Amino acid sequence: MATPPQGPGAPLPAGTPAPDFTLSSAPGQTVSLGGFRGRPVILAFYPADWSPVCGDQMALYNEVLPEFERYHAQLLGISVDGVWCHTAFARERKLHFPLLADFEPKGAVSRRYGAYRPGDGFSERALFVIDGEGIIRWSYASPVDVNPGADGILRALEALAGASTPA
Amino acid sequence: MSRRATAAALTLPVGERDHAQGPADAPVTLVEYGDYECPHCGRAYPIVKQVRQRLGRRLRFVFRNFPLRESHPHAQHAAEAAEAAGAQGKFWEMHDRLFERQFALDDDYLIEYAGDLGLDAARFRRELDAGTHAPRVREDFRSGVTSGVNGTPTFFINGVRYDESWDLEPLVAALDQAVATR
Repeated sequence: MATPPQGPGAPLPAGTPAPDFTLSSAPGQTVSLGGFRGRPVILAFYPADWSPVCGDQMALYNEVLPEFERYHAQLLGISVDGVWCHTAFARERKLHFPLLADFEPKGAVSRRYGAYRPGDGFSERALFVIDGEGIIRWSYASPVDVNPGADGILRALEALAGASTPA
Repeated sequence: MSRRATAAALTLPVGERDHAQGPADAPVTLVEYGDYECPHCGRAYPIVKQVRQRLGRRLRFVFRNFPLRESHPHAQHAAEAAEAAGAQGKFWEMHDRLFERQFALDDDYLIEYAGDLGLDAARFRRELDAGTHAPRVREDFRSGVTSGVNGTPTFFINGVRYDESWDLEPLVAALDQAVATR
């Protein structure tokens, strides 16, 4: 029997300390969330490399990177795909930000963020903006087939910049 | 089908800075965020022309740049070329030429088009080389991102993102509706 259709899950809300993690970003390379202390981090969980909507979403973020960089923010994409798949996907789409493999145990980090779809076996399309202290300041889960865009992320970064250091 | 619970809205209102066709006091304004090298925008181009014919003086059409530079290597310079033509009073002529010649957008072609349109080609080339209009293109792009543009083309009707089909009939119907409910 097919599992019942799921709406977007409940991602960890603003105010929650972001669970730390270490994931592979490339064969032989890992990235830890804690390594980005002192600057904002954008986590973009997405269902899968290569699927059309994700492709558009990651392609959009690739274009918007200069805007994220204005806030010194680091973007990390996360899905359950393995590192070789990520490597091929990033190369084909010329992505200039890390894609992390939530591969083993499968979806473990996604689950801790409330961003996993157990029935489907892949991550939600969920976004988190984490401040320099490691606290989630904004989160959003989009319907899985809808590109959530970048406007929410930019508003959250703007609010963060306004709250901490007046430029 | 609604793509989002809350419809995204333009963060940068249409104003003096924009390239517009049609009356400033038209009851409906259609804004397109587009990329001259994007095949979907190429398909939308003749549709928008037909839409303008159908709506006539009831429609103001505005085009803003949203070049997807990583996917489309010529998109950024093409956008700057349209702005450079705009600086010489021929934005729409270049806009049309770029969409009609979407397959030929190398710099040499851009300069050729400037010559064809009777522009000062030396000035055009100078501005293209210097990136004179890059900040303006970036401003368009940034306004698109903050307004919820996720790809191209994205349309806004009277400031609200239009997420339905932009084929001719549905788009005309949506614009008619916007006129009627005004």
